[in-house]
Amino acid sequence: MTSSPTNSSTTPGTGPLETPRRTGLIIFAWLWVGLPLAYGVYELVLKAKQLFTG
Amino acid sequence: MTPPLAPAGWSRWLVPPAALSVHLSIGQAYAWSVFKPALESALGLSGTASALPFQLGIVMLGLSAAFGGTLVERNGPRWAMTVALCCFSSGFLLAALGAATEQYWLIVFGYGFVGGIGLGIGYISPVSTLIKWFPDRPGMATGIAIMGFGGGALIASPWSAQMLESYGTDSGGIALAFLTHGLVYAVFMSLGVLLVRVPRPGDRPSQGTARPAAGALISTAQVSARSAVRTPQFWCLWVVLCMNVTAGIGILEKAAPMITDFFAKTDTPVSVSAAAGFVALLSAANMAGRIGWSSTSDLIGRKNMYRVYLGVGAVMYLLIALFGDTAKPLFVLCALVILSFYGGGFATIPAYLKDLFGTYQVGAIHGRLLTAWSTAGVLGPLIVNGVADSQEAAGRSGSGLYGLSFTIMIGLLVVGFVANELVRPVNPRHHVPTPNASKEEADDQLADEQQHDARDRAA
Repeated sequence: MTSSPTNSSTTPGTGPLETPRRTGLIIFAWLWVGLPLAYGVYELVLKAKQLFTG
Repeated sequence: MTPPLAPAGWSRWLVPPAALSVHLSIGQAYAWSVFKPALESALGLSGTASALPFQLGIVMLGLSAAFGGTLVERNGPRWAMTVALCCFSSGFLLAALGAATEQYWLIVFGYGFVGGIGLGIGYISPVSTLIKWFPDRPGMATGIAIMGFGGGALIASPWSAQMLESYGTDSGGIALAFLTHGLVYAVFMSLGVLLVRVPRPGDRPSQGTARPAAGALISTAQVSARSAVRTPQFWCLWVVLCMNVTAGIGILEKAAPMITDFFAKTDTPVSVSAAAGFVALLSAANMAGRIGWSSTSDLIGRKNMYRVYLGVGAVMYLLIALFGDTAKPLFVLCALVILSFYGGGFATIPAYLKDLFGTYQVGAIHGRLLTAWSTAGVLGPLIVNGVADSQEAAGRSGSGLYGLSFTIMIGLLVVGFVANELVRPVNPRHHVPTPNASKEEADDQLADEQQHDARDRAA
Protein backbone atom coordinates (compact mmCIF):
# COMPACT_ATOMS: atom_id res chain seq x y z
CA MET A 1 0.00 0.00 0.00
CA THR A 2 1.18 3.48 -0.67
CA SER A 3 0.42 6.67 1.15
CA SER A 4 -1.85 8.77 -0.96
CA PRO A 5 -2.01 12.53 -0.58
CA THR A 6 -5.61 12.21 0.46
CA ASN A 7 -5.05 10.10 3.52
CA SER A 8 -3.85 12.56 6.11
CA SER A 9 -7.12 12.58 7.97
CA THR A 10 -8.22 9.05 7.44
CA THR A 11 -5.30 6.80 8.24
CA PRO A 12 -5.58 4.53 11.25
CA GLY A 13 -3.19 4.33 14.15
CA THR A 14 -4.57 6.91 16.51
CA GLY A 15 -4.25 4.76 19.61
CA PRO A 16 -0.69 5.36 20.77
CA LEU A 17 -0.85 9.04 19.89
CA GLU A 18 -3.81 9.78 22.08
CA THR A 19 -1.92 8.79 25.25
CA PRO A 20 0.62 11.45 26.18
CA ARG A 21 4.12 10.02 26.62
CA ARG A 22 7.35 11.62 27.77
CA THR A 23 5.52 13.65 30.41
CA GLY A 24 8.74 15.19 31.77
CA LEU A 25 9.79 16.38 28.32
CA ILE A 26 6.34 17.80 27.64
CA ILE A 27 6.38 19.77 30.93
CA PHE A 28 9.92 21.01 30.25
CA ALA A 29 9.04 22.10 26.71
CA TRP A 30 5.92 23.97 27.79
CA LEU A 31 7.80 25.66 30.65
CA TRP A 32 10.55 26.65 28.20
CA VAL A 33 8.09 28.67 26.15
CA GLY A 34 5.52 29.38 28.87
CA LEU A 35 7.77 31.17 31.35
CA PRO A 36 9.04 33.86 28.95
CA LEU A 37 5.49 34.31 27.66
CA ALA A 38 4.20 34.70 31.22
CA TYR A 39 6.85 37.38 31.81
CA GLY A 40 5.71 39.21 28.67
CA VAL A 41 2.05 39.00 29.67
CA TYR A 42 2.87 40.23 33.22
CA GLU A 43 4.69 43.28 31.81
CA LEU A 44 1.74 43.86 29.47
CA VAL A 45 -0.77 43.76 32.32
CA LEU A 46 1.28 46.31 34.24
CA LYS A 47 1.19 48.63 31.22
CA ALA A 48 -2.48 48.00 30.43
CA LYS A 49 -3.47 48.97 33.98
CA GLN A 50 -2.45 52.52 33.14
CA LEU A 51 -5.58 52.86 31.00
CA PHE A 52 -7.66 52.67 34.16
CA THR A 53 -5.27 54.34 36.60
CA GLY A 54 -3.51 56.87 34.33
CA MET B 1 17.06 16.83 4.00
CA THR B 2 14.65 14.12 5.16
CA PRO B 3 11.79 15.40 7.32
CA PRO B 4 12.25 14.14 10.91
CA LEU B 5 9.71 11.35 11.41
CA ALA B 6 8.28 10.91 14.89
CA PRO B 7 9.21 7.73 16.73
CA ALA B 8 6.37 5.55 17.97
CA GLY B 9 4.51 7.11 20.88
CA TRP B 10 5.79 10.64 20.23
CA SER B 11 3.29 13.01 21.80
CA ARG B 12 1.78 15.57 19.50
CA TRP B 13 1.78 17.99 22.46
CA LEU B 14 5.54 18.37 21.98
CA VAL B 15 5.00 20.02 18.61
CA PRO B 16 3.23 23.26 19.72
CA PRO B 17 6.09 24.25 22.08
CA ALA B 18 8.53 23.54 19.25
CA ALA B 19 6.52 25.92 17.07
CA LEU B 20 6.21 28.46 19.88
CA SER B 21 9.96 28.54 20.49
CA VAL B 22 10.37 29.79 16.93
CA HIS B 23 7.39 32.14 16.79
CA LEU B 24 8.05 33.70 20.22
CA SER B 25 11.57 34.48 18.97
CA ILE B 26 10.81 35.91 15.55
CA GLY B 27 7.91 37.91 17.03
CA GLN B 28 10.69 40.12 18.42
CA ALA B 29 10.48 41.98 15.10
CA TYR B 30 7.49 43.96 16.35
CA ALA B 31 9.59 45.24 19.27
CA TRP B 32 12.20 46.82 16.99
CA SER B 33 10.99 50.28 18.02
CA VAL B 34 12.77 49.80 21.37
CA PHE B 35 16.10 50.14 19.56
CA LYS B 36 15.11 53.16 17.48
CA PRO B 37 15.78 56.03 19.95
CA ALA B 38 19.12 54.51 20.97
CA LEU B 39 20.21 54.05 17.34
CA GLU B 40 19.11 57.55 16.44
CA SER B 41 21.18 59.14 19.19
CA ALA B 42 24.20 56.83 18.92
CA LEU B 43 24.55 56.89 15.13
CA GLY B 44 22.85 60.22 14.37
CA LEU B 45 20.01 58.69 12.36
CA SER B 46 16.63 60.09 11.40
CA GLY B 47 13.41 58.35 12.47
CA THR B 48 12.89 57.09 8.92
CA ALA B 49 16.40 55.67 8.71
CA SER B 50 16.18 53.91 12.06
CA ALA B 51 13.00 52.11 10.89
CA LEU B 52 14.80 50.64 7.84
CA PRO B 53 15.95 47.34 9.42
CA PHE B 54 12.38 46.58 10.52
CA GLN B 55 10.86 47.54 7.18
CA LEU B 56 13.37 45.48 5.21
CA GLY B 57 12.78 42.61 7.64
CA ILE B 58 9.03 42.64 6.98
CA VAL B 59 9.58 42.81 3.21
CA MET B 60 11.97 39.85 3.45
CA LEU B 61 9.44 38.02 5.64
CA GLY B 62 6.86 38.24 2.86
CA LEU B 63 9.32 37.36 0.09
CA SER B 64 10.97 34.43 1.83
CA ALA B 65 7.63 33.00 2.96
CA ALA B 66 6.26 33.31 -0.58
CA PHE B 67 9.30 31.94 -2.40
CA GLY B 68 10.67 29.59 0.28
CA GLY B 69 7.40 27.82 1.04
CA THR B 70 7.95 24.98 -1.41
CA LEU B 71 11.45 24.37 -0.03
CA VAL B 72 10.02 24.27 3.48
CA GLU B 73 7.46 21.67 2.38
CA ARG B 74 10.11 19.61 0.63
CA ASN B 75 12.78 19.67 3.33
CA GLY B 76 10.53 19.57 6.37
CA PRO B 77 10.10 21.66 9.52
CA ARG B 78 13.47 20.85 11.12
CA TRP B 79 15.33 22.16 8.10
CA ALA B 80 13.10 25.24 8.07
CA MET B 81 13.57 25.90 11.78
CA THR B 82 17.33 25.46 11.44
CA VAL B 83 17.40 27.98 8.59
CA ALA B 84 15.23 30.34 10.64
CA LEU B 85 17.50 29.97 13.68
CA CYS B 86 20.68 30.55 11.67
CA CYS B 87 19.31 33.56 9.77
CA PHE B 88 17.53 35.24 12.68
CA SER B 89 20.41 34.74 15.09
CA SER B 90 23.20 35.65 12.64
CA GLY B 91 21.15 38.69 11.64
CA PHE B 92 21.53 39.93 15.20
CA LEU B 93 25.24 39.04 15.26
CA LEU B 94 25.83 41.00 12.04
CA ALA B 95 23.83 43.88 13.50
CA ALA B 96 26.06 43.71 16.62
CA LEU B 97 29.13 44.00 14.39
CA GLY B 98 27.50 46.90 12.58
CA ALA B 99 26.76 48.73 15.83
CA ALA B 100 30.23 48.08 17.24
CA THR B 101 31.90 49.47 14.09
CA GLU B 102 29.20 52.13 13.61
CA GLN B 103 28.43 50.80 10.13
CA TYR B 104 24.66 51.27 9.93
CA TRP B 105 24.35 49.52 6.55
CA LEU B 106 25.52 46.33 8.28
CA ILE B 107 22.70 46.62 10.82
CA VAL B 108 20.19 47.07 7.99
CA PHE B 109 21.66 44.15 6.05
CA GLY B 110 22.05 41.89 9.09
CA TYR B 111 18.78 42.45 10.92
CA GLY B 112 16.68 43.38 7.90
CA PHE B 113 17.91 41.16 5.08
CA VAL B 114 19.45 38.10 6.76
CA GLY B 115 17.18 38.21 9.82
CA GLY B 116 14.16 38.88 7.60
CA ILE B 117 14.73 35.59 5.77
CA GLY B 118 14.64 33.93 9.19
CA LEU B 119 11.33 35.68 9.92
CA GLY B 120 9.65 34.38 6.77
CA ILE B 121 10.96 30.81 6.88
CA GLY B 122 10.37 30.64 10.64
CA TYR B 123 6.81 31.95 10.34
CA ILE B 124 5.69 29.19 7.97
CA SER B 125 8.00 26.45 9.33
CA PRO B 126 5.59 24.76 11.78
CA VAL B 127 2.25 25.39 10.02
CA SER B 128 2.03 22.30 7.84
CA THR B 129 3.41 20.05 10.61
CA LEU B 130 0.94 21.32 13.21
CA ILE B 131 -1.98 20.75 10.86
CA LYS B 132 -0.81 17.18 10.23
CA TRP B 133 -0.55 16.49 13.97
CA PHE B 134 -3.87 18.14 14.80
CA PRO B 135 -6.26 17.33 11.93
CA ASP B 136 -9.09 17.40 14.49
CA ARG B 137 -8.17 20.90 15.72
CA PRO B 138 -6.11 22.67 13.04
CA GLY B 139 -7.40 26.10 14.04
CA MET B 140 -6.29 25.68 17.64
CA ALA B 141 -2.92 24.25 16.65
CA THR B 142 -1.95 27.01 14.24
CA GLY B 143 -3.53 29.54 16.61
CA ILE B 144 -1.06 28.55 19.33
CA ALA B 145 1.91 29.06 17.01
CA ILE B 146 0.73 32.31 15.49
CA MET B 147 -0.22 33.63 18.93
CA GLY B 148 3.49 33.18 19.65
CA PHE B 149 4.35 35.73 16.97
CA GLY B 150 2.21 38.27 18.84
CA GLY B 151 3.65 37.16 22.16
CA GLY B 152 7.23 37.57 20.95
CA ALA B 153 6.96 41.33 21.00
CA LEU B 154 5.51 41.28 24.51
CA ILE B 155 8.60 39.45 25.74
CA ALA B 156 11.18 41.34 23.69
CA SER B 157 9.86 44.82 24.36
CA PRO B 158 10.57 44.99 28.13
CA TRP B 159 13.53 42.62 27.87
CA SER B 160 15.32 44.68 25.20
CA ALA B 161 14.55 47.91 27.05
CA GLN B 162 16.07 46.54 30.25
CA MET B 163 19.11 45.33 28.34
CA LEU B 164 19.73 48.77 26.83
CA GLU B 165 19.35 50.25 30.28
CA SER B 166 22.05 47.90 31.61
CA TYR B 167 24.49 48.04 28.68
CA GLY B 168 23.96 51.69 27.82
CA THR B 169 22.55 53.32 24.71
CA ASP B 170 25.85 54.18 23.00
CA SER B 171 27.00 52.11 20.03
CA GLY B 172 28.92 49.70 22.28
CA GLY B 173 25.85 49.10 24.46
CA ILE B 174 23.63 48.54 21.43
CA ALA B 175 26.20 46.10 19.99
CA LEU B 176 26.22 44.13 23.24
CA ALA B 177 22.41 44.09 23.30
CA PHE B 178 22.28 42.77 19.70
CA LEU B 179 24.92 40.15 20.54
CA THR B 180 22.96 38.98 23.58
CA HIS B 181 19.75 38.79 21.54
CA GLY B 182 21.46 36.71 18.84
CA LEU B 183 22.89 34.22 21.30
CA VAL B 184 19.83 33.89 23.53
CA TYR B 185 17.43 33.47 20.58
CA ALA B 186 19.74 30.81 19.06
CA VAL B 187 19.52 28.77 22.28
CA PHE B 188 15.78 29.39 22.67
CA MET B 189 14.92 28.40 19.09
CA SER B 190 17.05 25.27 19.27
CA LEU B 191 14.27 23.64 21.31
CA GLY B 192 12.07 23.82 18.23
CA VAL B 193 14.77 22.30 16.02
CA LEU B 194 15.28 19.43 18.47
CA LEU B 195 11.63 18.71 19.23
CA VAL B 196 9.82 19.09 15.94
CA ARG B 197 8.74 15.83 14.32
CA VAL B 198 6.56 14.94 11.34
CA PRO B 199 3.94 12.26 12.01
CA ARG B 200 4.65 9.06 10.12
CA PRO B 201 2.10 8.53 7.34
CA GLY B 202 0.87 5.34 9.00
CA ASP B 203 0.60 6.95 12.41
CA ARG B 204 -1.15 10.20 11.62
CA PRO B 205 -3.86 11.12 14.05
CA SER B 206 -7.31 10.92 12.53
CA GLN B 207 -9.96 13.60 12.74
CA GLY B 208 -11.11 11.67 15.80
CA THR B 209 -14.64 12.26 16.92
CA ALA B 210 -14.59 15.93 16.00
CA ARG B 211 -17.46 16.72 13.68
CA PRO B 212 -16.94 19.35 11.03
CA ALA B 213 -19.27 22.32 11.36
CA ALA B 214 -22.38 22.26 9.25
CA GLY B 215 -21.63 23.45 5.75
CA ALA B 216 -17.89 23.46 6.41
CA LEU B 217 -15.78 23.56 3.25
CA ILE B 218 -13.51 20.71 4.30
CA SER B 219 -11.97 18.91 1.36
CA THR B 220 -10.18 15.57 1.56
CA ALA B 221 -8.48 16.23 -1.78
CA GLN B 222 -5.05 17.84 -2.08
CA VAL B 223 -3.89 20.77 -4.19
CA SER B 224 -0.26 21.73 -4.88
CA ALA B 225 0.98 25.24 -4.18
CA ARG B 226 1.51 25.86 -7.89
CA SER B 227 -2.09 24.92 -8.68
CA ALA B 228 -3.53 26.70 -5.66
CA VAL B 229 -2.41 30.14 -6.85
CA ARG B 230 -4.36 29.51 -10.06
CA THR B 231 -7.63 29.00 -8.23
CA PRO B 232 -10.17 31.77 -7.48
CA GLN B 233 -10.35 30.41 -3.91
CA PHE B 234 -6.74 31.42 -3.26
CA TRP B 235 -7.36 34.97 -4.47
CA CYS B 236 -10.63 35.25 -2.56
CA LEU B 237 -8.73 34.35 0.61
CA TRP B 238 -5.97 36.76 -0.38
CA VAL B 239 -8.55 39.57 -0.49
CA VAL B 240 -10.12 38.35 2.78
CA LEU B 241 -6.78 38.41 4.62
CA CYS B 242 -5.69 41.70 3.08
CA MET B 243 -8.95 43.46 4.03
CA ASN B 244 -9.01 42.01 7.54
CA VAL B 245 -5.40 42.99 8.24
CA THR B 246 -5.88 46.46 6.76
CA ALA B 247 -8.88 47.01 9.02
CA GLY B 248 -6.89 45.96 12.09
CA ILE B 249 -3.97 48.17 11.17
CA GLY B 250 -6.48 51.00 10.83
CA ILE B 251 -6.79 50.97 14.62
CA LEU B 252 -3.34 49.67 15.55
CA GLU B 253 -1.39 52.24 13.56
CA LYS B 254 -2.79 55.27 15.36
CA ALA B 255 -4.22 53.77 18.55
CA ALA B 256 -2.58 56.14 21.02
CA PRO B 257 -3.29 59.45 19.23
CA MET B 258 -6.74 58.16 18.23
CA ILE B 259 -8.02 57.60 21.78
CA THR B 260 -6.47 60.90 22.87
CA ASP B 261 -8.12 62.81 20.00
CA PHE B 262 -11.50 61.13 20.50
CA PHE B 263 -11.85 62.28 24.09
CA ALA B 264 -9.80 65.49 23.98
CA LYS B 265 -12.88 67.72 24.17
CA THR B 266 -14.75 65.67 26.78
CA ASP B 267 -14.84 65.83 30.59
CA THR B 268 -12.59 62.78 30.76
CA PRO B 269 -9.60 63.37 28.45
CA VAL B 270 -7.13 60.51 28.03
CA SER B 271 -3.60 61.04 29.39
CA VAL B 272 -0.44 59.88 27.60
CA SER B 273 0.08 57.00 30.06
CA ALA B 274 -3.57 55.91 29.75
CA ALA B 275 -3.15 55.91 25.95
CA ALA B 276 -0.09 53.68 26.36
CA GLY B 277 -2.22 51.38 28.51
CA PHE B 278 -4.82 51.29 25.72
CA VAL B 279 -2.15 50.24 23.21
CA ALA B 280 -1.02 47.47 25.58
CA LEU B 281 -4.59 46.28 25.97
CA LEU B 282 -4.94 46.13 22.17
CA SER B 283 -1.83 43.91 22.03
CA ALA B 284 -3.46 41.58 24.56
CA ALA B 285 -6.66 41.44 22.46
CA ASN B 286 -4.59 40.76 19.34
CA MET B 287 -2.85 37.84 21.04
CA ALA B 288 -5.99 36.44 22.69
CA GLY B 289 -7.84 36.61 19.36
CA ARG B 290 -5.19 34.49 17.70
CA ILE B 291 -5.73 31.51 19.96
CA GLY B 292 -9.36 32.15 20.97
CA TRP B 293 -11.03 32.83 17.62
CA SER B 294 -8.84 30.36 15.76
CA SER B 295 -9.90 27.60 18.18
CA THR B 296 -13.53 28.70 17.80
CA SER B 297 -13.19 28.21 14.04
CA ASP B 298 -12.74 24.47 14.68
CA LEU B 299 -16.26 24.46 16.09
CA ILE B 300 -18.17 26.81 13.81
CA GLY B 301 -16.20 26.40 10.56
CA ARG B 302 -13.71 28.70 8.89
CA LYS B 303 -16.15 30.45 6.54
CA ASN B 304 -18.46 31.34 9.42
CA MET B 305 -15.51 32.58 11.46
CA TYR B 306 -14.49 35.00 8.72
CA ARG B 307 -18.11 36.12 8.41
CA VAL B 308 -17.79 37.16 12.06
CA TYR B 309 -14.36 38.82 11.61
CA LEU B 310 -15.49 40.84 8.61
CA GLY B 311 -19.20 41.37 9.32
CA VAL B 312 -19.04 42.06 13.06
CA GLY B 313 -15.79 43.96 12.47
CA ALA B 314 -17.62 46.33 10.13
CA VAL B 315 -20.37 46.81 12.75
CA MET B 316 -17.72 47.60 15.39
CA TYR B 317 -16.19 50.25 13.14
CA LEU B 318 -19.67 51.68 12.54
CA LEU B 319 -20.33 51.87 16.29
CA ILE B 320 -17.05 53.69 16.88
CA ALA B 321 -17.79 56.11 14.03
CA LEU B 322 -21.31 56.87 15.28
CA PHE B 323 -21.04 56.73 19.07
CA GLY B 324 -17.31 56.31 19.84
CA ASP B 325 -16.78 59.81 21.17
CA THR B 326 -19.77 59.63 23.53
CA ALA B 327 -18.71 56.64 25.63
CA LYS B 328 -15.15 55.61 26.40
CA PRO B 329 -16.03 52.02 27.38
CA LEU B 330 -17.80 51.53 24.04
CA PHE B 331 -14.81 52.90 22.13
CA VAL B 332 -12.38 50.66 24.01
CA LEU B 333 -14.60 47.58 23.71
CA CYS B 334 -15.10 47.99 19.95
CA ALA B 335 -11.38 48.58 19.38
CA LEU B 336 -10.54 45.46 21.40
CA VAL B 337 -12.98 43.35 19.39
CA ILE B 338 -11.54 44.68 16.10
CA LEU B 339 -7.98 43.86 17.23
CA SER B 340 -8.99 40.39 18.39
CA PHE B 341 -10.45 39.81 14.90
CA TYR B 342 -7.21 41.11 13.38
CA GLY B 343 -5.21 38.50 15.31
CA GLY B 344 -7.82 35.82 14.70
CA GLY B 345 -7.71 36.46 10.96
CA PHE B 346 -3.97 35.73 10.87
CA ALA B 347 -4.27 32.59 12.95
CA THR B 348 -7.30 31.06 11.22
CA ILE B 349 -6.07 31.40 7.64
CA PRO B 350 -3.77 28.31 7.66
CA ALA B 351 -6.69 26.10 8.73
CA TYR B 352 -8.92 27.68 6.06
CA LEU B 353 -6.23 26.87 3.47
CA LYS B 354 -6.02 23.31 4.79
CA ASP B 355 -9.79 22.96 4.47
CA LEU B 356 -9.72 24.07 0.83
CA PHE B 357 -6.39 22.76 -0.44
CA GLY B 358 -5.57 19.88 1.93
CA THR B 359 -2.41 19.35 3.97
CA TYR B 360 -0.19 18.44 1.02
CA GLN B 361 1.55 21.82 0.50
CA VAL B 362 -0.42 23.98 2.91
CA GLY B 363 2.74 25.61 4.30
CA ALA B 364 3.84 26.73 0.84
CA ILE B 365 0.35 28.01 0.00
CA HIS B 366 0.29 29.89 3.31
CA GLY B 367 3.63 31.45 2.45
CA ARG B 368 2.29 32.74 -0.86
CA LEU B 369 -0.83 34.10 0.82
CA LEU B 370 1.27 36.15 3.23
CA THR B 371 1.89 38.62 0.40
CA ALA B 372 -1.59 39.86 1.35
CA TRP B 373 -0.14 40.79 4.75
CA SER B 374 2.72 42.72 3.12
CA THR B 375 0.20 44.58 0.93
CA ALA B 376 -2.01 45.39 3.92
CA GLY B 377 1.04 46.53 5.85
CA VAL B 378 1.51 49.26 3.25
CA LEU B 379 -2.20 49.91 2.55
CA GLY B 380 -3.43 50.25 6.16
CA PRO B 381 -0.99 52.92 7.41
CA LEU B 382 -1.26 54.77 4.07
CA ILE B 383 -5.05 55.08 4.40
CA VAL B 384 -5.15 55.99 8.09
CA ASN B 385 -2.25 58.43 8.06
CA GLY B 386 -3.17 59.94 4.69
CA VAL B 387 -6.79 60.52 5.67
CA ALA B 388 -5.91 61.87 9.13
CA ASP B 389 -3.40 64.32 7.60
CA SER B 390 -5.89 65.51 4.96
CA GLN B 391 -8.64 65.96 7.57
CA GLU B 392 -6.28 67.94 9.78
CA ALA B 393 -5.36 70.13 6.81
CA ALA B 394 -9.11 70.66 6.25
CA GLY B 395 -9.38 72.07 9.77
CA ARG B 396 -11.00 69.09 11.48
CA SER B 397 -10.03 67.93 14.94
CA GLY B 398 -10.84 65.30 17.57
CA SER B 399 -12.88 62.34 16.37
CA GLY B 400 -13.54 64.20 13.10
CA LEU B 401 -10.01 63.29 12.01
CA TYR B 402 -10.92 59.62 11.73
CA GLY B 403 -14.52 59.51 10.41
CA LEU B 404 -13.50 59.09 6.78
CA SER B 405 -10.89 56.42 7.67
CA PHE B 406 -13.54 54.43 9.48
CA THR B 407 -15.91 54.66 6.53
CA ILE B 408 -13.14 53.36 4.25
CA MET B 409 -12.40 50.53 6.71
CA ILE B 410 -16.07 49.53 6.74
CA GLY B 411 -16.02 49.48 2.92
CA LEU B 412 -12.88 47.30 2.90
CA LEU B 413 -14.42 44.88 5.39
CA VAL B 414 -17.52 44.60 3.21
CA VAL B 415 -15.28 43.79 0.22
CA GLY B 416 -13.60 41.10 2.33
CA PHE B 417 -17.00 39.78 3.43
CA VAL B 418 -18.11 39.42 -0.20
CA ALA B 419 -14.83 37.70 -1.12
CA ASN B 420 -15.40 35.23 1.72
CA GLU B 421 -18.92 34.55 0.46
CA LEU B 422 -17.47 33.72 -2.96
CA VAL B 423 -15.30 30.92 -1.56
CA ARG B 424 -16.46 27.56 -2.92
CA PRO B 425 -14.84 24.10 -2.94
CA VAL B 426 -11.86 23.86 -5.29
CA ASN B 427 -12.55 22.49 -8.78
CA PRO B 428 -11.36 18.84 -8.94
CA ARG B 429 -9.20 19.62 -11.97
CA HIS B 430 -6.77 21.33 -9.55
CA HIS B 431 -6.49 18.28 -7.29
CA VAL B 432 -3.22 16.37 -7.10
CA PRO B 433 -3.84 12.98 -8.75
CA THR B 434 -3.70 10.06 -6.37
CA PRO B 435 -0.91 7.55 -7.03
CA ASN B 436 -3.44 5.03 -8.28
CA ALA B 437 -4.67 7.43 -10.91
CA SER B 438 -1.34 8.60 -12.27
CA LYS B 439 1.95 7.92 -10.51
CA GLU B 440 3.91 10.03 -12.94
CA GLU B 441 2.03 13.13 -12.02
CA ALA B 442 2.60 12.90 -8.29
CA ASP B 443 5.48 15.19 -7.38
CA ASP B 444 8.61 14.52 -5.42
CA GLN B 445 7.11 15.24 -2.00
CA LEU B 446 4.47 12.62 -2.51
CA ALA B 447 7.22 10.20 -3.55
CA ASP B 448 9.08 11.01 -0.33
CA GLU B 449 6.02 10.18 1.72
CA GLN B 450 5.60 6.90 -0.11
CA GLN B 451 9.23 5.99 0.52
CA HIS B 452 8.85 6.66 4.23
CA ASP B 453 5.73 4.59 4.33
CA ALA B 454 7.36 1.69 2.49
CA ARG B 455 10.41 1.88 4.81
CA ASP B 456 8.17 1.77 7.86
CA ARG B 457 6.35 -1.26 6.60
CA ALA B 458 9.59 -3.06 5.76
CA ALA B 459 10.78 -2.38 9.31
